[in-house]
Amino acid sequence: MTLREAAKIIEAEVLVGEDKLDQEIGSICGSDMMSEVLAFTKDQSVLLTGLCNTQVLRTADMLDLICLIFIRDKKPTPEMLEMAEDDGRVVMTTHFGMFSACGKLYAAGAGAGCM
Amino acid sequence: MEDAIVLKYQVIDGEFQRAGEVSSDVKHKLKQLGVPADIVRKVAIAMYEGEVNMVIHANGGEITVEITPEQIRMILADVGPGIPDVEKAMQAGYSTASDATRNLGFGAGMGLPNMKKNTDSMDIETKLGEGTTITMVVRL
Ligand SMILES: Nc1ncnc2c1ncn2[C@@H]1O[C@H](COP(=O)(O)OP(=O)(O)OP(=O)(O)O)[C@@H](O)[C@H]1O
Ligand SMILES: [Mg+2]
Repeated sequence: MTLREAAKIIEAEVLVGEDKLDQEIGSICGSDMMSEVLAFTKDQSVLLTGLCNTQVLRTADMLDLICLIFIRDKKPTPEMLEMAEDDGRVVMTTHFGMFSACGKLYAAGAGAGCM
Repeated sequence: MEDAIVLKYQVIDGEFQRAGEVSSDVKHKLKQLGVPADIVRKVAIAMYEGEVNMVIHANGGEITVEITPEQIRMILADVGPGIPDVEKAMQAGYSTASDATRNLGFGAGMGLPNMKKNTDSMDIETKLGEGTTITMVVRL
């Protein structure tokens, strides 16, 4: 599954990285706890999260995540978007909650990234 | 120690927003030095967990990184309250983090176990009321 396909499935708005949507997704992880993400994330991963602060960006940086998806229409601050842009990451936001967003992606065949 | 590169950083107390800046800088420096990606990843994860702990549990402190052709050594020294029971703190899921901290995405009780998992050695020296120094080594 590519990021473009994932965005379509969860009706996500792409906030940063419109030009990087053809990347293939390795695995997807859904969590609000950053240490959990740091412990269980694999390569080429996408993180779905309800947490919306700079530590999400830092975590993404440490793990070289390819994309961050904020749930429930959460919008990162311009400062956070700038960080993502500088790091070459894709950022999206979806109106779905965690359960629905993960469920839709899982049902569409995306691999699980956490546990 | 010949050929050693030594980096020193201050971790500022109470600056949650900025927690991770040191780890990010070290990560990018290691990449520039041509350190293999899997090693960079381990160092980044371990140091970031440690750096966040220094901000949320201690009162900031100092991070020293020594890079040699053989290994990367990280020394995280804080001036916080110390850890009363290290064995307990090392258990996955054990956390004294407040709800406020949990709302910021930390407090799963996974940090110290993550640090151990990603390093070849980890030593914790702690004194109640004085602080904690964690030394981690990742071999190249
Ligand atoms: N530098 C430190 N100074 C004082 N106490 C610490 C320090 N680091 C860890 N601790 C104590 O050890 C506990 C476990 O730490 P650990 O990093 O494993 O989990 P956490 O920080 O609570 O949650 P997480 O790392 O999953 O976000 C902490 O809750 C805290 O009580
Ligand atoms: Mg921690």
